[in-house]
Amino acid sequence: MPRGMRIAALREFVSGGRRRYPWLLATTSILVAALLLVPLVAIVAQALQAGWGQVWLVLDRSFVATLLWNTIKLAVVVTILCAVIGTGCAWLTERTSLPGRRTWAVLLIVPFVIPDFVLAWTWTSVFPAIHGYSGAVLVMTLHLYPLVYLPMAAAFRAADPGQVEAARVLGLSKRAAWLRISLRQARTTLLGGCLLVCLALLSYYGAFENLRYQTFTTAIFGEIRTQFSPAVASSLSLVLVALSLFILGGEGMFRERGRVQRSGAMAQRAQTPIQLGRTRFLAVAGVATTVGLALGFPVAVVVYWMTTGSSSGLPTSVSFWAAMGYTALYSALGAVLATALALPVSLLTIRHPRRWTATLERSTFITQAIPGVVIGLALVYVVSRHLNFLYQSPQLLVIAYALMFFPLGLVALSSSVARASPRLEEIGRSLGKGPLAVRLTVTAPLLAPGLAAAFCFLFLSSVTELTATLLLAPTGVRTLATQFWAYAEESASLGAAAPYAAAMIAMSAVPAYLLGRWFDQRIVGEPGGSWFQEEVP
Amino acid sequence: MSQVQIACRGVSKSFGRVPVLLDLDLEVPIGAVVTLLGESGSGKTTLLRLIAGFERPDTGTIVIGDETVDSDQLYVPPEKRRIGYVSQEGNLFPHLTVAKNVTFGLARGDRSADRVGELLELVGMKDLGERYPHQLSGGQQQRVALARALAPHPQVVLLDEPFSSLDASLRSSLRFEVMQILRQRDATTVFVTHDQQEALSVADLVGIVDRGRIRQFDKPEVLYNRPADPRAARFLGEANIIAGTATSGFIDTAFGRLSLADEQASLEGPAIVLVRPEQVSVRPPVDEGSTHAHSTGRVVHCEYYGHDSVVLVELAEGGPTLRVRCVGPTLVAVGDLVDLVMTGNFRAWPDDPMSRGDDDLHP
Repeated sequence: MPRGMRIAALREFVSGGRRRYPWLLATTSILVAALLLVPLVAIVAQALQAGWGQVWLVLDRSFVATLLWNTIKLAVVVTILCAVIGTGCAWLTERTSLPGRRTWAVLLIVPFVIPDFVLAWTWTSVFPAIHGYSGAVLVMTLHLYPLVYLPMAAAFRAADPGQVEAARVLGLSKRAAWLRISLRQARTTLLGGCLLVCLALLSYYGAFENLRYQTFTTAIFGEIRTQFSPAVASSLSLVLVALSLFILGGEGMFRERGRVQRSGAMAQRAQTPIQLGRTRFLAVAGVATTVGLALGFPVAVVVYWMTTGSSSGLPTSVSFWAAMGYTALYSALGAVLATALALPVSLLTIRHPRRWTATLERSTFITQAIPGVVIGLALVYVVSRHLNFLYQSPQLLVIAYALMFFPLGLVALSSSVARASPRLEEIGRSLGKGPLAVRLTVTAPLLAPGLAAAFCFLFLSSVTELTATLLLAPTGVRTLATQFWAYAEESASLGAAAPYAAAMIAMSAVPAYLLGRWFDQRIVGEPGGSWFQEEVP
Repeated sequence: MSQVQIACRGVSKSFGRVPVLLDLDLEVPIGAVVTLLGESGSGKTTLLRLIAGFERPDTGTIVIGDETVDSDQLYVPPEKRRIGYVSQEGNLFPHLTVAKNVTFGLARGDRSADRVGELLELVGMKDLGERYPHQLSGGQQQRVALARALAPHPQVVLLDEPFSSLDASLRSSLRFEVMQILRQRDATTVFVTHDQQEALSVADLVGIVDRGRIRQFDKPEVLYNRPADPRAARFLGEANIIAGTATSGFIDTAFGRLSLADEQASLEGPAIVLVRPEQVSVRPPVDEGSTHAHSTGRVVHCEYYGHDSVVLVELAEGGPTLRVRCVGPTLVAVGDLVDLVMTGNFRAWPDDPMSRGDDDLHP
């Protein structure tokens, strides 16, 4: 390129010329995406530093094979159980005349709010015999079935009765239409939900530690806590992350495929629920058992230990309130940071849909595949080598929360960002308002619900975060989760642990309720409010 | 003061590598209602968005009133252009009530209840001020969008297919109402549409936008009767384009000898001629003695519309066909032999690729 042209091009680039390009948005988004990849890069770097020879040595041991087998046999059984329970409950609440179905629909989601390590503790504290493989299957199933239930309920609700009718007109019997249309369409949703279950299973630590069941996370954590060998920790992490990425890739594939089957924003008719008749008592019993075991039992145990437990002198109220304050503070800061990071990425990908922006957005979801223990390990590695002043600082913990849960914020923001269309800004401008005024009076109010939803999602997740917090919390600082964990490890202080469990459940229940309502609206669609989302492309 | 309200000169715009507008010129007189007719993708909406200031042209200038609003040197943002804009979807602010939508463009002091009432009454929505957009029907939403656009008394109103998402009967009645309102206010109006009837019926001037240029810009009746080229002819109404040979004010075609319009008396040699379906009539075949040009053919297809019907007449087995509009009760049926009678003067062009504007000669 001749020099003159290059200068002209540069000037065009800097001033924007007659063409406006969202340089600021694009640059910010790329930086955010790069930041999110830091943990992954750090783990690889740490392994490289230890040397591949060392890594192979670790991977070659039968120990890794045991961990793999433990993970696989747990994942298979838990996934099948979650698929059965989640699908069954979703079908009962969405498609049948189950008595009290709207109440059951909410109660079936709530167990996900109870942290995995609290749920495990409630079972082991009452029945010390529950541990190992069977204990892990029980606890993980009760904790994770909502990951299948939620998408399946959405799929059943969104199913277009017109498609089944079309199949009937084409000569299919009622049963054949159900098999070939309804079930076939739900299949991709089900598989997507199952993969989410696997992904979550890989990332948990607390419950497995409590149940004395060895998995990759417990092995990595043990390595960090005892004889720390970077080679062992990072090579185990690499295997874990590779497994997670594999599952995440599969999940993404199913989500893409599931999307095709949506039949557009056509007017939807209500479906007539299937009358259960006499079997409804059986149905209620099934749903009630699920809710009872997953929600009723842990809540009852927490209440029981709080009232009768030997809390003699252990938790001073000062330390309790301090833990609560730290938890709220760090979680809120992490949620604000993640929302702030997610907003430019969301704006860029929705307002400037290009191939590269879509790729950028997808790359941020890789964080989902990196378990908390690995994020913690990676961040410790990075700051100890390059940013020593951040080690064990509150800032680092807040950053860790933001990195871990970033994708949740992005998902929560998307519908609001789509709603705050640039078309509306243009109309505002044509009516005589300047760019700033339009942003304040049009864009901001439309973004607000999404920002609030993102905050709730992120806050809820951070409050119950245990693994990364154990590794990164500033010295002397205990959050609800880590304090609970400290007490839960001693069997003598069951009563002392209980209030922390209760506080975590309470603190995450409020956002969970808001979130549930938001989610509910999203499936149903705002009544009549769909017209501006139906913009002709 | 100039008589021109909006002037676009040499305006080009491309999106990425796709050119949308190519060196386009347009002048809209003060107070005129102008429709821009074009197929989807022709660039008509882009032109409107450039005039509004939502996008900037790559080259060219745009002048509104006496003020240059876009050129190489300067750019006036939309909020300083005093325009009203109504889009296809209405784009009401979903978080504001109807009343707040309508007063959005007004200064705080002007937002009195009286003013809101007045504006809503103008569009026939008097009692619905407290509703939210999602509680309104599509037609009501477009009424509110119009009231909102008119509230700050814009000098120019831009309408981007405002009725295309409504059903047919509502569309024509709302169009009639809206045009009355706009004419009362003497607002210069640019109205983009892909509907020929809409373009012809509401406008003082119609511009045909085609492949990034204005192909022809004139009064509706001129456009219909004296289109610039066959492609423009097909944009407005149904058109038979027939090949023939021109000699001293006449053209000889397979359907007989047709007389040309006066200004085309000089046309000689191979030519193509426009025959509108209503310029032809059919009658039972007679032997001879007719003073009009005529030929005989067989009816091969019949479309009944109530107020009239259109028949397709084939001159000979596998030969050229002609669409004919028959007013009143049809007496012909498929298979009948009929005489074709063509009356009036016809518009013709030399038969070369330049004037055809495209490849296919006959519909």
